[in-house]
Amino acid sequence: MATRQLRYREALREAMIEEMERDPNVFLMGEEVGHYQGAYKVSEGMLEKFGDKRVVDTPIAESGFAGIGVGAAMVGLRPIIEFMTWNFSAVAFDQILNNAAKVRQMSGGQFSCPIVFRGPNASARQVGSQHSHAMEHFYATVPGLKVVAPAFPKDAKGLMKAAIRDDNPVLVMESETLYSVKGDVPDDLSDVVIGKAQIARPGKDVTLIAYSRATHIALDAATALEKVGISAEVVDLRSLRPLDEDTICDSVRRTHRAVVVHEGWPYGGVGAEIVDRIQRLAFDSLEAPVLRVTTLDVGMPYNAKLEQLCMPQTARVVAAVTKVVARGRA
Amino acid sequence: MTPVSEHDPDIGLFTVLREDGSADPKTDPNVPDAVLLRGYREMRRLRMIDAKMIVLQRQGRVGFYGACTGQEATPIATGLIASEGDWVYPALREQSVMLVRGFPLDAFIAQVFGNSGDVQKGRQMPSHHSGRSVNQVSWSSCIGPQIPQAVGTAFAMKKAKSGNVAFGFMGDGATSQPDFHAAMNFAGVWKVPCILVCQNNHWSISVPTEKQTASRTIAIKARAYGLPGVRVDGNDLLALYKVLSDAKERAKNGGGATFVEALTYRIGAHSTSDDPTRYRSEAEVNAWKKKDPLDRLRKHLVLRGLVSDAGDVAMDEELSAEVAASIKRVEALPPPDRASLFDDVYATLPWHLREQRDALVRGPSPVPHG
Repeated sequence: MATRQLRYREALREAMIEEMERDPNVFLMGEEVGHYQGAYKVSEGMLEKFGDKRVVDTPIAESGFAGIGVGAAMVGLRPIIEFMTWNFSAVAFDQILNNAAKVRQMSGGQFSCPIVFRGPNASARQVGSQHSHAMEHFYATVPGLKVVAPAFPKDAKGLMKAAIRDDNPVLVMESETLYSVKGDVPDDLSDVVIGKAQIARPGKDVTLIAYSRATHIALDAATALEKVGISAEVVDLRSLRPLDEDTICDSVRRTHRAVVVHEGWPYGGVGAEIVDRIQRLAFDSLEAPVLRVTTLDVGMPYNAKLEQLCMPQTARVVAAVTKVVARGRA
Repeated sequence: MTPVSEHDPDIGLFTVLREDGSADPKTDPNVPDAVLLRGYREMRRLRMIDAKMIVLQRQGRVGFYGACTGQEATPIATGLIASEGDWVYPALREQSVMLVRGFPLDAFIAQVFGNSGDVQKGRQMPSHHSGRSVNQVSWSSCIGPQIPQAVGTAFAMKKAKSGNVAFGFMGDGATSQPDFHAAMNFAGVWKVPCILVCQNNHWSISVPTEKQTASRTIAIKARAYGLPGVRVDGNDLLALYKVLSDAKERAKNGGGATFVEALTYRIGAHSTSDDPTRYRSEAEVNAWKKKDPLDRLRKHLVLRGLVSDAGDVAMDEELSAEVAASIKRVEALPPPDRASLFDDVYATLPWHLREQRDALVRGPSPVPHG
């Protein structure tokens, strides 16, 4: 089976192209996706390949084109809606929360809304608070939605394809800081499914649970911890809703300790949900409280030094792990 | 600057029915008798359904209701001209389009009860009907989201070259929403087969239209988006029939979207949760009652010898019996099965909802979450 090296953005693009070639009902719509080739060049070349009927540049109106997508999905099209960043989905929140996520349920199953919303999420680099939100925490709480957050090119391609084929609204959380990351992408992506986490690095002393860019921080932390004799296992969630609690809890039952790493604020959110599952389902295995390493509880500053301080860092992960590993060993 | 005159279709008022009940020969669309009589019957039935539903709410038998009394002409005219493949995105007061298009009365009333006869399985609050069988989608309780959705459906119709059109409705209050602006803009830029209709009933709950917009009319807003705007007498079934038919023809023939302002009046309360005597005068309501759309159509039909007092009495008896029998049948239905609570959240039931469903079916206390 062939494997190639692709950048994260190329993997996303390839997924969209393959699905658009397979199904004429799939189309891409958003701001700057066509002539400009995508604000982050994810859709580069797609306008030339598919024409402006299937790679549709829109006026600047997120709530408008999110609603257009919902209306088009209900009559059989399969829209991929690009938000230039997930931050801007805030003005389309109603179309996602009250409409895309609810139309099947509220109509008693009469209407289907197969739609993908995608774009870069969470911190980029010095773009300030309004460009740095980790929006997945808002969306992952909503029944009717699926939310995925790939960390590697292989998963970016596999999850994007799965999202397009899914009959539910699926939100793909990409990352501006991952778009240029390279990785192996095999032709066979059958093991990449929505709702299935993966062990990104095996270990035995502590479980680090992360997704998207935070998975790379967790991996860096695991490398650093190895040098001081701590073996950290990294669970890369890939999917936030549905959440693969089996993979999380199986790992914690083996390591007895866990630290959750994600961008976004510490109040509530995906991390709190994971901690709840662990204490509820693997309580007897725990040797220490589960800690979280998150963005600090403030709006993201622009200043580079302050920004780095706010974001989850390898050193903070190492410190948290050192704390939980010390517990119960004394 | 474009000169503005009373003769402009988005400033003036397109009317067919005159005060004496005759049709203005200059504007009369010459609707066939059978169609007019069908519209008349549907309007009478709708008024009766609304009255009975409000009584049911007052008696505590249903939770909520939003009547369209005084505004029946727009939804009924839409139902008369919509083709089978057309889609309808109503706002609060256009649910009845689906009845005209053949949606069963029992299922319509069951939506208000939210019981096992409801195709929406008791999930939506009353007056948020939908029916896949007649391509009608429920509006969203937030005002306006259905407008870009209607444009999106029309966008898909244009792609498919289906020859169908999408109708999107709103009240005057919705024209203040960003979704209205976005939808009108997309409809204009993309020239989609869409008919966006604003029922200007003068009141958004307690806010009068003059506090909603400084525009001279609502229809004139269409100019900013490059769409034709038409202001029509919303209490004149014949005028609506003509304006909506023209808009539909234009849409079908590639001419793009039309924005229609139907000037009308909400005779009753905003909903069963509202008391309009607190914010508007009885004199205003009475003045509009004199322009009642059902009375005006009746006057016309009497003039043409198509209806009579005796015929109306017989029709009302028949309709009253039909609606009463339907309510009786529907009210006797049980609630939706408790296990159905978890259906349709996703296309297929995920494991965590299967677990919650099993727990709910087994005993009285479901797992808290997860």
